[in-house]
Parts: sequence; C-alpha cells; structure tokens
Amino acid sequence: MQDLLSIYGTDLASRLFIGSALYPSPAIMQESIVAAQSDVVTVSLRRQGSASEGADFWQLIKDTNKHVLPNTAGCHSVNEAVTLAQMCREVFNTNWIKLELIGDEYNLQPDPIALLEATKILIEQGFQVLPYCTDDLVICQKLVDLGCEVLMPWGAPIGTGKGLLNPYNLKTIRERLPNTTLLIDAGLGLPSHACMAMEMGYDAVLLNSAIAQAGDPVVMARAFANAVNAGRAAYLAQAMPEKDLAKPSTPTLGMPFWHQNG
Amino acid sequence: MKLIVNGEQKEFSEVTHVLSLLNLLEAQEPYAVAVNAQFVPREQCDVLLLNEGDQVEILSPIQGG
Repeated sequence: MQDLLSIYGTDLASRLFIGSALYPSPAIMQESIVAAQSDVVTVSLRRQGSASEGADFWQLIKDTNKHVLPNTAGCHSVNEAVTLAQMCREVFNTNWIKLELIGDEYNLQPDPIALLEATKILIEQGFQVLPYCTDDLVICQKLVDLGCEVLMPWGAPIGTGKGLLNPYNLKTIRERLPNTTLLIDAGLGLPSHACMAMEMGYDAVLLNSAIAQAGDPVVMARAFANAVNAGRAAYLAQAMPEKDLAKPSTPTLGMPFWHQNG
Repeated sequence: MKLIVNGEQKEFSEVTHVLSLLNLLEAQEPYAVAVNAQFVPREQCDVLLLNEGDQVEILSPIQGG
C-alpha cells in the first residue's frame, strides 16, 4: 500500500518539499528538484525585471512538472501578504499559499498575530493556507481552528541550518494535533535533521538552503530524499521505547565460562 | 500622469486604465498587478482607471523558498 501524503486533498508520493532559490545555476536547480524526488516546489513573485526573466524561470519550473507552492516571503503586514497571495493565485493558478509573515528582521520569526489575521482573511477567500509558523502550540491550535488543514512550524530560523531547536515543542504539537498535516519548514541543515522530524511523526519537511547551498546540491538533494524516506519508515515502524537501564541483546542463557573464575 | 511603477516614478501621457499601462510597458506574461497595494484581477485591468500618483506593482515569478 502506498504511503501517500495529502495536502488539502491532493495526494503526493514525496514528503520532501523543495525550494527553488539560491542554487548556483538554473540547471542545478532543476537537477536538484529531480534528485530530491519532490512533488512540490516553492516559488514566489517579485517586481518584473528584464522582460523575459520571470517567464524563463516559470518555464523552468513548469518543465519539472511539479506542483507549485507560492509563498508570501518578505511580507511584513497582513495587507501585503493578502495582496501577494491573491497575485500568486492568479499567476500560479493554485489555491495553495505558503503564508509567510515576518515579525522580526533579525531572526525572520513569523508574526503570530498577523499570521492569524491573514489566515482568516485568506481562508474566507477560498485559499488553502499552509502557514509558516513558530513552534507555539497555542498558535498552531488557533490556526487549525481557523480552518488550516496543514501547518508548517519552523525547525529553526530560516537559512540557519541549525536543525530542530526545540524538539519538545515540536513533539507536543505533533501529539496535540494528531489530525493535522504537519511539515517542518525552515532551519534544517542536514539530512539527519529531516530524518529526526520524520521520526517524530511530522508528515513532511520543506527546505531550500540546505540543498541549494550545499557543495553539491544534487547529491545533497538525494541525501535528503533518503533521509526523509528513512525517517518516515522509522516512524511507521514504531521505535522501541527508550530506557535508562542497559539490557543485553545477546541471550545470557547458555553463556560458556559463566563465572568460572568466580 | 505621474505613476510609481515597481517603485520607480515615471511620467505617462497616454495611460488611462491599467491595461493601457501594461500595453505601453509591454509587460511580459506571466504577471499579476496591484494598484496601491490592492490586487487587480486581470479581468478588471481594462476597467480600473489609474490616477495621478498611483503605485502600480507588476510582479512575475521568481525563485522562492
């Protein structure tokens, strides 16, 4: 039986969402997306520069034949985020929106209050919101109450590669919201970070810098794909309980030379 | 008429509605438009008239994380 991930009713085989920014070249971006075996690629909108710049990039993404998840990266107010989401919906022809509303310039932490407000507006307008949020249980609960089927708490601040800074909070969110699709978004640096998130029961991970800024992005994309698959399998397999007391795995019964010198 | 297009102030003599500006600028698909930070759906671009000092944003796809 295939272990599919459902995002607002769309079934996906891959549990690794990949960003399209910061790669050394467009060709390496494309190769990395393929190597990651991702089904979803994140994109954004910016002011039109040279005449064909946006069209060329969009063609590259379309050529990958993946679902696109537009973001509202860089927005600092509810109105900015709502307007950019509306523009994204028209250009990318999807109701999905990775809602990103920055509250602090230093650590790019999401503004939880503005996030709730923007989420409410966008859901009322028919968007399927994937909010990038902090690992705050109550904010997560309120986002679910507003109608979010998917939440994306951070592992660590964007682009830091620090991994899961607060596993306790993330585990608590997983336990308290068992019916919500949860992705770790941002802050992952190593495949082991992604594996840990998946072992914890997170449904998927979203990352960009960890692949794009690796020495070899294509190989790193493959490594992350393997780590996500390993973590998911481990979660489904149900890990043994952790214990404080050592216990030998090799049987002691029939042990030769047992206490002969005693 | 003076408009601020993608952050730059420019003077236009033959602009009336949003679509006339897009045509004049030869805006390249795909793009979406906002005027004064409000989204303008494509079907309204030939209806919404621009006014002196309006801020127009024409956005196109770009890499994102």
